[in-house]
Amino acid sequence: MATELVLADAGDRDLTKLAEYEAVGGYAALAKARGMAPQAVIDEVIASELRGRGGAFFPTGRKWAFIPKPDQNPNPHYLVVNADESEPGSFKDNEIMARVPHRFIEGCLITAHAVESTSVFVYIRGEYTGPYEVLVAALEELRTRDDILGGVTIVLHRGAGAYICGEETALLESLEGKRGQPRTKPPFPAVEGLDRSPTVVNNVETMATVPQILRLGGAEYAKLGVPDSRGTRVVSISGHVKRPGNYEIENGTSMRSLIYDLGGGITDDRDLKAVIPGGSSTVILRYDEIDVGYDFNSLAALKTAMGSAGVVVLDDRCCMVQLGIRISEFYEHESCGKCTPCREGTRWMTQILRRLEAGEAEQHELDLLLDVCDRINGKCLCPLGETAAIAVASYVDKFRGEFQQHVDEAGCPFGAESPLHNVLAPVAMHTHSPVATVPA
Amino acid sequence: MSELYTEVQKLKQQYPDPDSAMLPALRLAQEKHGYLSPEALRECADALGTTPAVCEAVASFYDMLHLAPIGRHMVEVCTNVSCALVGAQQVLEQFEQELGISAGETTPDGEVTLRPIECLGGCGWATIVSVDHHYRTHVQPGDVPQIVQELRNGD
Repeated sequence: MATELVLADAGDRDLTKLAEYEAVGGYAALAKARGMAPQAVIDEVIASELRGRGGAFFPTGRKWAFIPKPDQNPNPHYLVVNADESEPGSFKDNEIMARVPHRFIEGCLITAHAVESTSVFVYIRGEYTGPYEVLVAALEELRTRDDILGGVTIVLHRGAGAYICGEETALLESLEGKRGQPRTKPPFPAVEGLDRSPTVVNNVETMATVPQILRLGGAEYAKLGVPDSRGTRVVSISGHVKRPGNYEIENGTSMRSLIYDLGGGITDDRDLKAVIPGGSSTVILRYDEIDVGYDFNSLAALKTAMGSAGVVVLDDRCCMVQLGIRISEFYEHESCGKCTPCREGTRWMTQILRRLEAGEAEQHELDLLLDVCDRINGKCLCPLGETAAIAVASYVDKFRGEFQQHVDEAGCPFGAESPLHNVLAPVAMHTHSPVATVPA
Repeated sequence: MSELYTEVQKLKQQYPDPDSAMLPALRLAQEKHGYLSPEALRECADALGTTPAVCEAVASFYDMLHLAPIGRHMVEVCTNVSCALVGAQQVLEQFEQELGISAGETTPDGEVTLRPIECLGGCGWATIVSVDHHYRTHVQPGDVPQIVQELRNGD
């Protein structure tokens, strides 16, 4: 179960040091890749069946293959790394950058070779001071190592606090010095990305996986995991477990095992109520749905996803309406405001959920909540509002009785017993103009 | 020319389009002026070759950029789900009590601003408190007096 590729050797050695990383064969995969034609590197990654670890799970090799060859598009080609990890429940990229910065950089350099780019931009979230300083130190150690850098420049670009900048086109806007609002697609970044040039945007973990694929060979890597979900995944486990943390698993490991073996079981040996499987954007699973493989197909069968691999475990004290409020408030705060259904809808969702929690909601408002969710879905440029709607609708769907109880009993059956009771969210700090109340 | 101006000219060269230096320039201006005051926005705009309005329009989008004065120290308590599940609200309230202010406020001496913040990406090490942009992990209400004391004793 503990198959470590991304985090390999980081337990025994300080891999933030270049010498230590080279001592375990670091940068050998880069040398191997540079001895291959770019297309051969892409073919190797296609053979590995690696899919993006940021959340969308798009096949990495295919994404690279979309980048036009230099003779097809004379503009410079760019590699932009999405290190804007901000999904509630996910903290894997944080640890990857902090513990295996050179493996991450090696992956960037291999990818740059594959897509024939000499410019790498790492968009790292502004709050990540720790990982940023580790990367600065790692790049400083590489400054005189032109045998490794090979003429490629790596720029660390720090964000300034905006969840939406994890969406790739919003990230590119932000990197260009603008407000981080998503673009219409097409054109996709592969055709017109940074500075309207061909750009591949990849996640941190994806980059840190690439050297291992080159080392093992794509076919060998593809022997790990299960169909459509090959290789390993660094899973972030948090919430009500005894041993929260990041664990690298082989894809397909059961959710029960993640919670009870790796996570050590529920804190204070309470009962499991629910688990968010892949970060706040994913459909919740009930306690009786955890005998499922942690892989794309198994979770898709339950209409949910691995997302950004943030597993959040909730015990039996938690109120699902309170969870809905906190999640909805998060998306309300982070909505960039460009598309009306998301900007207004997330606010309406919060309003209805707050009325339910306060015992003020009437029966029809339960349906109104689902109606608002439905009217966000598929009507925006990016998935932000949609994921809020899907997540909250799943709480209603899977815990309908509990939501109904809030109406019937004119209040919350859990109250302050639930750890999510009266949690102050940043959005509640802001003063909004009182223009938008939910139309009855 | 100010140091900031020179620094921003260097930053511009890192990117295919010099406009990309906006966020790092705003960060530098905020560090220099304490917050993005009209003077800070002016200096930033001059260095970037744009207008203060453009700088303000961008800055207002981002949570870490402040258009109003903040304390010399910033304490941010993550209150998203994973932290909330293990008691982030109680940590936030302990800071309120210890500092004698409500969340969102700055102490009257201008030393410390306290605010809740969205997921800081440290869910497994909850509760995360970012003190001057460095994470404290596994923070419990009992740890709060010492953190505040350290801030008060600091420079």
